[in-house]
Amino acid sequence: MMGNGKVIEVKNLVKKFGNFVANDHLTFDVHRGEIFGFLGANGAGKTTAMRILCGLSKPTSGEITVNGFDVYRQSEAIKRTIGYMSQKFSLYEDMTVAENMRFYAGIYKLPRSKRLKKEAELRDKLHMPEIMNKLVGSLPLGWKQKLAFSIALIHDPGIVFLDEPTGGVDPITRRQFWKLIYEASANGITVFVTTHYMDEAEYCDRVTIMVDGRIEALDTPAQLMQTYGASSMNDVFLTLARKAKKAVG
Amino acid sequence: MNRFWGFIRKEFYHIFRDARTLIIILGIPVSQLLLFGYVVNTEVKDVKLAVYDQSKDDVTTRIINKLTSSGYFELVKNLDSDNDIEAIFKKGKIKEVLVFEPDFAEKLEREGSADIQLLADATDPNVARMVAMYTQNIINSFLKQEQPLATVPMQVNASIKMYYNEQLRSVFLFVPGLMALIMMLVSALMSSISITREKELGTMEVLLVSPLKPIHIIIGKVIPYLLIAFVDSLLIILMGNLVFNMPVNGSLLLLMGECFLFIFLSLSLGILISTVAPTQLIAMFMSMIGLMLPTLLLSGFVFPIESMPEVLQWFSAIMPARWFNEIVKNIMLKGVGFMYVWKQTFILLAMSVFIVFVSVRKFKIRLM
Repeated sequence: MMGNGKVIEVKNLVKKFGNFVANDHLTFDVHRGEIFGFLGANGAGKTTAMRILCGLSKPTSGEITVNGFDVYRQSEAIKRTIGYMSQKFSLYEDMTVAENMRFYAGIYKLPRSKRLKKEAELRDKLHMPEIMNKLVGSLPLGWKQKLAFSIALIHDPGIVFLDEPTGGVDPITRRQFWKLIYEASANGITVFVTTHYMDEAEYCDRVTIMVDGRIEALDTPAQLMQTYGASSMNDVFLTLARKAKKAVG
Repeated sequence: MNRFWGFIRKEFYHIFRDARTLIIILGIPVSQLLLFGYVVNTEVKDVKLAVYDQSKDDVTTRIINKLTSSGYFELVKNLDSDNDIEAIFKKGKIKEVLVFEPDFAEKLEREGSADIQLLADATDPNVARMVAMYTQNIINSFLKQEQPLATVPMQVNASIKMYYNEQLRSVFLFVPGLMALIMMLVSALMSSISITREKELGTMEVLLVSPLKPIHIIIGKVIPYLLIAFVDSLLIILMGNLVFNMPVNGSLLLLMGECFLFIFLSLSLGILISTVAPTQLIAMFMSMIGLMLPTLLLSGFVFPIESMPEVLQWFSAIMPARWFNEIVKNIMLKGVGFMYVWKQTFILLAMSVFIVFVSVRKFKIRLM
């Protein structure tokens, strides 16, 4: 169905807002079950590209398919087969955990039996049976994050998009969250994640670094560090960013 | 001390470089003063008057001239029969009808007194009260002027009749106005806050990434408020009737239909606000200052539209609540049918279509 196990195929993606080019001929593929990191400074065009892949925005030009569906014509089908989680976690704080799950299950037309199974899974994951009837607003940040991730996966999407999912979270919680990401990836779910924590970039299978709307580098973290003679992803990023500045200046 | 002055200078930078703050500190006092100065004007001017003159003599002509030249009245129509009175009030333009008895001048001359009937549209009791008072005063001053030295003064006996609201109960004014205000509050304010809340929380994004269509999201968001506002309007009508004896003389079904239209309009305003406002706070300010305050001041709810300066009358014409007010008063008090409110209904309908069109466009642009 999807050639070579590619779940996202992007060729020459261009997105312009008036004269401003937010995405300048992006080309990349994402493989099934991969953890694909999307890195870049603020304003580099990560979010714009991600919004296009999620069907929230239409590209100016380029050939883009997600889960085998075309972003121009089949955005409804794309939306059914992807999950999404933003930095804000996007939960209803004045509703309980169970009510939140039921609401999102309803949006994706999940049968009741499947919803109950998902609830049970979450209960196990959090080791807190009574959590289901707690208001989300009363939960600690780390739990909200886990809950948001579980809800993003509630309809068993092929791909889950995470928009800076660990922003504003302490390092221990971040590490725990990455465990969940690995788990999902092991279950065959493709994880597309944007971040600006460079240590997190090292957890990804492959990493894209965007600078000023263009893809400057795309490879495994190990390969990137070798290519740029850097000891960490942070150094790789700084090298690329400096190069971009020189090109401008 | 130097440090202190530096601090003050910094504060002035904030104020002068922020357009919003400037508007608040300069624009608000000026606009509010002008608005209240002109709107909160208990005088009534250019009241539309109709006359049923059964005498048509020299004295009645002079009384009518005196009234119209006072600046308070404007003669719009001469009636030929008292059957026309009811119909002319239902149309709603004319606020007072003067009826002179036959042989008015002759009676006044011979018997020293003559009868005049003073009929006022009391759907707005304040205006009616004032109009009647002015009329009486002008007629009295006319008589004094006519015979300054008379020992036995001539008398004009004015019998006043208040149409639709004989006891001049102000609650008859407040119920329709309050209905408009509360429906605006529930529909426009609450729905715009609830949509912007989802934007702020980021849940709107998640909903947009889901298979739900944007139009379904919007409809799903506003239907609860539609129901609540509808229940509220029923509650106000019911309480007005049970507690304050405010009648529903016209068709209840028509009234509910008009309420529905007005709620729909308010909800579309709420959606429009939510497409523009990025946060709940801004949505609240926009609803309060952009909708509530003008509705309160300019819809004829608190202050009569007739006594506003022309510019504000124009502003009042773009207030949906003004037309809704007229509709509700006409149906509840005058008991008229659709034929008498179709114009106002059409205006509300046109406004709704326009607002829905604009907000759909805005919503689409935001999604691009």
